[in-house]
Amino acid sequence: MSEQQSTGLMRRLKGLMLKHMHSMITCREFEEFVMDYLDGSLPGAQKKRFEWHLRVCRECREYLAAYERTIDFGKTALGPADESVPADVPEDLVRAVLESRKA
Amino acid sequence: MRDNAGWMLVLAERVLNDAALAEDVVQEALISAINGLDRFEEKSSLKTWLHRITVNAALSKLRKQKRLAEHSIDEFLPEFDQYDCRIEQAWTHLASAQDMAEDAEARDHVMTCIRSLPDAFRLVLQLRDIEGYDTGETAKLLEISEANVKVRLHRARAALKKILEPVLRGEEHR
Repeated sequence: MSEQQSTGLMRRLKGLMLKHMHSMITCREFEEFVMDYLDGSLPGAQKKRFEWHLRVCRECREYLAAYERTIDFGKTALGPADESVPADVPEDLVRAVLESRKA
Repeated sequence: MRDNAGWMLVLAERVLNDAALAEDVVQEALISAINGLDRFEEKSSLKTWLHRITVNAALSKLRKQKRLAEHSIDEFLPEFDQYDCRIEQAWTHLASAQDMAEDAEARDHVMTCIRSLPDAFRLVLQLRDIEGYDTGETAKLLEISEANVKVRLHRARAALKKILEPVLRGEEHR
């Protein structure tokens, strides 16, 4: 059996196991739960299934780690606008606002 | 005024992806704030109040320009095989946010990638993950349902992950 055939067989067996075993969810179902899991709003039974899946699935475990790191990257690279280095304020903008007060 | 106008310009430019339009929006937002100062109830800080006025003014500009259409980002979403198993290349390295923050080019690249997302997805990600609005507030600002905020946010994060993979894996990013 070639390496490609062997990988295909393993994926097929994994897919069947996740689909049919009690308390398991597939990777596609896992994807649906990611947001609620990270928000802490996933109900108990689903959370348990989600965490079981994490234990047995290397792909989803690594995917979730990279997904969470992506959120950190966005927060770190930008940060809230009101805490960032302020932009230079053009004089004509200041003048226009001040003139509106006089009007 | 000048103190607040500086960060309001940053905020408006992030929402609009357009520096020239951001100036117009901040001018409108400041005039609107000054005229409505008697409506400021001190339930929140002045900064929070100005933040919301700026976001609303910028979103209103985007609506007028009809830039909020939900373009597809399906090509960047996770992939599954015929057995519903995830297709994910093995991760041998996952860069830390700290490493990225110390690399100016990597940081600029992350900002560019966020700006490259279609407006409907980019805005949800910016408001929820970066500016710190919760799901309910984001839904109100964008005039969409909370369920839609969650769907768009998840898709935006998943797409951004895919776009950022070379940086996340510690490979080159240009």
